[in-house]
Amino acid sequence: MKRTLRNKALFTAAAWPVALVIFFPIFWMLVSGFKTEVEAVSTPPRLIFRPTLENYAAVWQRADYVRHAVNSVIVSVGSTLLALGLALPAAYAMAFFPTRRTKPTLLWMLSTKMLPPVGVLVPIYLLFRDLGLLDSRVGLLMVYTLVNLPIVIWMLFTFFKEVPREVLEAGRMDGAGPGREIASLLLPLSLPGITSTALLAVILAWNEAFWSLNLTAAKAAPLTAFMASFSSPEGLFWAKLSAASTMAIAPIVVFGWLSQRQLVRGLTFGAIK
Amino acid sequence: MATVRLSNIRKSFGGVEVIKGVDLDIADRQLAVVVGPSGCGKSTLLRLVAGLEEITSGDLWIDGQRVNDIPPAKRGLAMVFQSYALYPHMSVAGNLGFSLKLAGLPKDRRLAKVREAARILQIEPLLGRKPRDLSGGERQRVAIGRAIVRNPKVFLFDEPLSNLDAALRVQMRFEIMRLHDELRATMLYVTHDQVEAMTMADVIVVLNGGAVEQVGTPLELYRQPRNLFVAGFIGSPRMNLIQAKVAAVGEAATTVTLPGGAMLEVPAVSGRLSSGDTVVVGARPEHLSLGESGELRGEALVVERLGSATFVHVAVEGGATFTVQAGDDHPVRVHDRVAVKMTGAAAYLFDASGLAIARLSQAGRGGERSSVRERQSDS
Amino acid sequence: MTLPPVPDPSAGRRGPRRSVRTLPLKLPSVIVLLLWAVVPLVMTIWFSFERYNLLNAGERGFAGLENYRFLLTDPGLAKVIINTVLLVGGVLAITVGLGTLLAVLFDQSFFGRGAARLLVIAPFFVMPTVSALIWKNMLMDPVNGVLAFLMRGVGLRPVDWFSGAPLAAIVIIVAWQWLPFALLILLTALQSLDPESRESARMDGAGPFAMFFFIVLPHLRRAIGVVVMIETVFLLTVFAEIFVTTAGGPGLASTNLAFLIYRFALLDFDIGGASAGGILAIILANVAAVFLMRTVSRSLET
Repeated sequence: MKRTLRNKALFTAAAWPVALVIFFPIFWMLVSGFKTEVEAVSTPPRLIFRPTLENYAAVWQRADYVRHAVNSVIVSVGSTLLALGLALPAAYAMAFFPTRRTKPTLLWMLSTKMLPPVGVLVPIYLLFRDLGLLDSRVGLLMVYTLVNLPIVIWMLFTFFKEVPREVLEAGRMDGAGPGREIASLLLPLSLPGITSTALLAVILAWNEAFWSLNLTAAKAAPLTAFMASFSSPEGLFWAKLSAASTMAIAPIVVFGWLSQRQLVRGLTFGAIK
Repeated sequence: MATVRLSNIRKSFGGVEVIKGVDLDIADRQLAVVVGPSGCGKSTLLRLVAGLEEITSGDLWIDGQRVNDIPPAKRGLAMVFQSYALYPHMSVAGNLGFSLKLAGLPKDRRLAKVREAARILQIEPLLGRKPRDLSGGERQRVAIGRAIVRNPKVFLFDEPLSNLDAALRVQMRFEIMRLHDELRATMLYVTHDQVEAMTMADVIVVLNGGAVEQVGTPLELYRQPRNLFVAGFIGSPRMNLIQAKVAAVGEAATTVTLPGGAMLEVPAVSGRLSSGDTVVVGARPEHLSLGESGELRGEALVVERLGSATFVHVAVEGGATFTVQAGDDHPVRVHDRVAVKMTGAAAYLFDASGLAIARLSQAGRGGERSSVRERQSDS
Repeated sequence: MTLPPVPDPSAGRRGPRRSVRTLPLKLPSVIVLLLWAVVPLVMTIWFSFERYNLLNAGERGFAGLENYRFLLTDPGLAKVIINTVLLVGGVLAITVGLGTLLAVLFDQSFFGRGAARLLVIAPFFVMPTVSALIWKNMLMDPVNGVLAFLMRGVGLRPVDWFSGAPLAAIVIIVAWQWLPFALLILLTALQSLDPESRESARMDGAGPFAMFFFIVLPHLRRAIGVVVMIETVFLLTVFAEIFVTTAGGPGLASTNLAFLIYRFALLDFDIGGASAGGILAIILANVAAVFLMRTVSRSLET
């Protein structure tokens, strides 16, 4: 139909400029990473240039960048695995053997996520100081586990509830004991949900920028804190900073793209599905 | 031998009793249908037999063994779920063979049994597919196949046809009856559709509000309903019911006065009745006719022409609407004033509490236009 | 196959036996969260009644309501609270307003919609410190920044964001990060709108504006409510962007409550004062959280 084709073209003309403008800062950062330092800060800003990989090479050679990148990976993946380990049994119990207290417990868990971290900055900081956990990966990992646990339990709970009850009952009639029921039926059917929950937890931990800024220093800082330390770079430094930034955010942006639909449920605490 | 016996089975959820003392005896190789309106507890009853819900009190015996405390998989049962409940991530062959795999059967014997079940249900070409690629009817066959493979003592069916379209429903009804014949198995079948019950069952259990209203063969329930509920539930179109007053109580019959003044003599007698009592008169559509004169008069509201018969819905005196079965080319039109002729010998009487009043002789069969065919019981 | 030693739990035994068996599954999570939620909170409350400064650790003692009085009579507090409200309000206005319009736009079919959607969603997944860096140095820098370049191009004098309009700058940065969140949520909600509702409205003669105001917007009401509540809860504690760009300055111009408390705690080392401020922040957050919890609770019913 001609009218729908015309509409489609109109919307394309409306939407794409918006998308490009919104993406521009990321684009600019991406592009600057391939420029020379001089080009990166030139005025007027240059769109045409000869790309170079020298910045990426230089950043990778910096031992401190690699160390902080490894910190990010360890802390994000570690806290996600730990959170899953605590959450999977809890979500299983609450989804398949609900009691009167299940709903209030779930709501209470979610409410802990709404506590402003700054409200408990003081005691956590002092506690960590006295326990020697300041500037330690273990300490940060524990904090991230606790910070993400409510959302992980919550998302797993909703995914488990979506497994059709009758399929599990059919398994029971076929002779599956509880272990077999979980291994052969429940896990395969809820695997996509578990995966997107894990992705969300990794994303939230990787990007977390309060505890990482306040509880860590040179040794255990993840990339969030490391990048923050460059808040006022000298002009000549900018291309390398762009390359470092691109590497710091690229995997997470890709994760986010991959799981965007499933994230909605976790991000809104299930209020929207 | 695969018999099922329920003895005073009760089930409560929280403080609410949903199954109120059900007694039932299903003989070997019978197809028993539990029928009732939504919410009557029939699915719950089935799940109690299956072992998916725990029996609050009462005893369940399968094949002479008390199975209350035996887990579902060890009761010798197989269940076909209303939503089929196929394992979405397994192929059809995987679905069929899962229970055998759990039982530890070696692969070649498993495959042989799976193929055999697939042959019986004619789903061999589907063995490699996944459930999401199958149509509704195909999925249902796989669900039945999954049950067959286990070679159970008793098959449980939970409203298996309700998710199918009308034509498929009729076809699958025949398939299940053919299966019953071929496998010679005991089957407990739950449905809300009384047509399914009437056509398929060796014995019907009418359930209402968690209690059994009546148990009997289809024809027994049709011709000798024990109370108003069964009378109104079994038979389509519904039995016509109208209030009347007892005029005289005789030895062989009770005479009642219908709204509109006509008298009707019904061969049903009870010592509890006396003149002036209010009763309910029942008459099936096929036992009524339209004529020049009749016991009830009124206006034809709706005329349904099915081709094989005509159903005329008449607004009669007293506010009731009577459905009359007329010939396939009866000339009546909507808004015509008509007279409904009743036969006292074919009518039913129900007392004020809804119980049927005992009839002294078998009612007439309604001639050639009986709406339910005779069914041979073969247990 | 061997029988497990305990009877099949799915045989339907309800009652005390069942909850004993599931309790060990839930207990670790519950205990751990309980410690995390309760212990620090209690400590904060305790500290808020203490005169405690890490630089003068010897002079620690009970101070009653002194910290609160000090906090609430501080002339800077009013400005900080106003900043916090402006920050949250500004970001909400931009993200919800623009988010709704963009959701309607992205709900339409157009060429390359999938790719455009990826571009628009990306900012949400960029870590806040990097976002702030990009905006501060590449876009908002008054000499070398792209915005400055564009403004000079149209003959305007470039804005020195971080000294002249620091709060506005923070609002822009945070709104840029959260716009994709609002868009994603609202777009998801929009896609649950029954197409038959729209078709019947068209048959009734609704043009695009009527469709938006009478069909789309009411359907989105709940989703907008959820977005507002969630954003409010998290925007009250914006921290990283301020930390990286303005450090709250100049003066208190871009300090919000969260940053103020941080300053008390880790720059002034005033534990008592920071704790009192923390309690204030928690109270504010609770107000927003109560509404959110009610909505979530209702959706748990289904």
